[in-house]
Amino acid sequence: MANKKQTLVAMLGVTFGIAMFILMISFMVGVNQFMEDTMLSSTPDIHIYNDIKTDYSVSVAGDYFKNNPALVVVRHPKPKQVNLNIKNAQGIIADMHKDPDIVHISPFLSTQVFYNYGPVQINGYINGVNIAEESKIFDLASKMTVGKPEDLLSADKGIIMGRGLANKLDLGVGDMVTLTTPQGTSMSFRVVGLFAIGIGTIDDTRSYVNLANVQQLLGKDRSYITDINIKLTNNKLARDKAAELLKKYNYKSDDWETANSSVLAGNIVRDVLTYVVSITLLVVAGFGIYNIMNMTIQNKMKDIAILKAQGFAGGDIVKIFLGQALFIGFFGAIMGEMLGFVLAYSLSRVPFPHNDFIALKFFPVAFNPAHYIFGLVFGVITPFIAGLMPSMKASRIDPVAILRG
Amino acid sequence: MDAALKVENLNKYFHEPEDFHVLQDISFSVGKGEFVPIIGKSGSGKSTLLYLLSTLDTDYTGEIRINNDLVTGKSQNDLARFRNRNIGFVFQFHFLLPEFTALENVMLPALKLGRLSQEEIRQKALDILKQLQMEAFAQKLSSKLSGGQQQRVAIARALINDPAIIMADEPTGNLDSVNTGLVFDIFKDLSHHKGITILTVTHDLDFAKGADRVIEMIDGKISAEHA
Repeated sequence: MANKKQTLVAMLGVTFGIAMFILMISFMVGVNQFMEDTMLSSTPDIHIYNDIKTDYSVSVAGDYFKNNPALVVVRHPKPKQVNLNIKNAQGIIADMHKDPDIVHISPFLSTQVFYNYGPVQINGYINGVNIAEESKIFDLASKMTVGKPEDLLSADKGIIMGRGLANKLDLGVGDMVTLTTPQGTSMSFRVVGLFAIGIGTIDDTRSYVNLANVQQLLGKDRSYITDINIKLTNNKLARDKAAELLKKYNYKSDDWETANSSVLAGNIVRDVLTYVVSITLLVVAGFGIYNIMNMTIQNKMKDIAILKAQGFAGGDIVKIFLGQALFIGFFGAIMGEMLGFVLAYSLSRVPFPHNDFIALKFFPVAFNPAHYIFGLVFGVITPFIAGLMPSMKASRIDPVAILRG
Repeated sequence: MDAALKVENLNKYFHEPEDFHVLQDISFSVGKGEFVPIIGKSGSGKSTLLYLLSTLDTDYTGEIRINNDLVTGKSQNDLARFRNRNIGFVFQFHFLLPEFTALENVMLPALKLGRLSQEEIRQKALDILKQLQMEAFAQKLSSKLSGGQQQRVAIARALINDPAIIMADEPTGNLDSVNTGLVFDIFKDLSHHKGITILTVTHDLDFAKGADRVIEMIDGKISAEHA
């Protein structure tokens, strides 16, 4: 029974509130998903490695003076010469293959190297991998900008290089590059492919070569590996599984959540931000509805008085006005969801500004039905609450005062 | 004669802007099918009395019985239902809902009562509009009707639930003499041929003259009842 224009304005308040909520949540979740995907493309579910121990409670000097009653003080102790490899790696891998939660296992040997570029040496590292296994864990095939991961197998001493690193060294596929280890040994490789994960620190420093080549470069035997990457059936299991593996094999096990806690914290912050902004928008829309309903009731005092004179009770009046508020909320929310979807879809078609280091063609947007259900529920509840007080007020209007003029 | 309305020792005070004894010990009764105008000067309390009788105003002492039913002391919701079923209203300023058609305005109280189906109510509303020569305007928005037409629609609305009593507050106050005559004839016909009690506050002495009985008020008291 309200003025159509006012109803429309109130409805638009809800529409924009819900549309912005849908757009923001779709975009934020899209960004979170992108961040998580990027992170997971460089972090395995679980990473097992041999950490340098910093436990100096036992020292050679202490051992030597064991029988003399003397106080032995060793300042600035250094670790003894250790091999950072994982002992009995084959046994551990064979054992892990029996675990039903583990889908892929990629053992690798990582070492620091200098990439020789004329007289300049660039610091970086190489991962000696079984490229087929590594590819399954990180989906390398989709990250390759030139070449295929399998090219590494067919080439003798091939190397797949991070794109940023290759740019620095001015190398392309087919070119040779010489690597020098900190121990002084060096070896030449031929570039067979380039990859870009989208994380500068990796694309600028990392290369993949065959495991055997690195073992040879370092002068180690064929069983020498330093790290194992693991992919699980479900990455939510990683935290518990890492603890279990640590206990079982006594090697340091990092799960992806611990390794990327700052990224996950960013996700939580974005989620909270989205809800805070969306709820603020809806509260503002709610106040708009409250205002318009109050005005409507001011204008409709006479009509309310007539209805009361004709036997409509206070409850009937509340029903009429709350019905109007719910109508505004429901249709406003439906329109808002449509508008929000259109905006979100449009955003997902906007090309992302071209950037060598970010592997993103369009703005990341997620489409999740749960967001739409939440928006609809909230879009109906807000006007209901906003309309409740004005409706109660309308029901308490004294008809005599109005009818007498 | 059966009393359609019986009032005993009615007293009412206004407290704003200052204490004022507006109705003083009013007692009277009106029989079924009687057409009774209440006349009096401005401020004599005649409108106030009508609103007490209509059950819209419950701030008074004394007793009001309508159709031998004591309405004094009923809850607001009970009163709303009672008004819906037993009392029809006609006001000076027509007071139709402007966004609805004449027909919808007439149907509204019956839809609230819910005793008949929507189609039956519609038929009944059309019949009543026809009796008042308003059937041609049934589908028009009430805000598009003239004052006299609106008042006839308002009377049709007052009749839709077959009330025992119709209360009118200056029903001809805004009408020209032709329409005043029309409303008068309708009221007379309703009271004499349909047995509906009609209680109307009016300034119009011509209107009062043709009635069965006139209640005249002066300073919150009934000064005279003449036939």
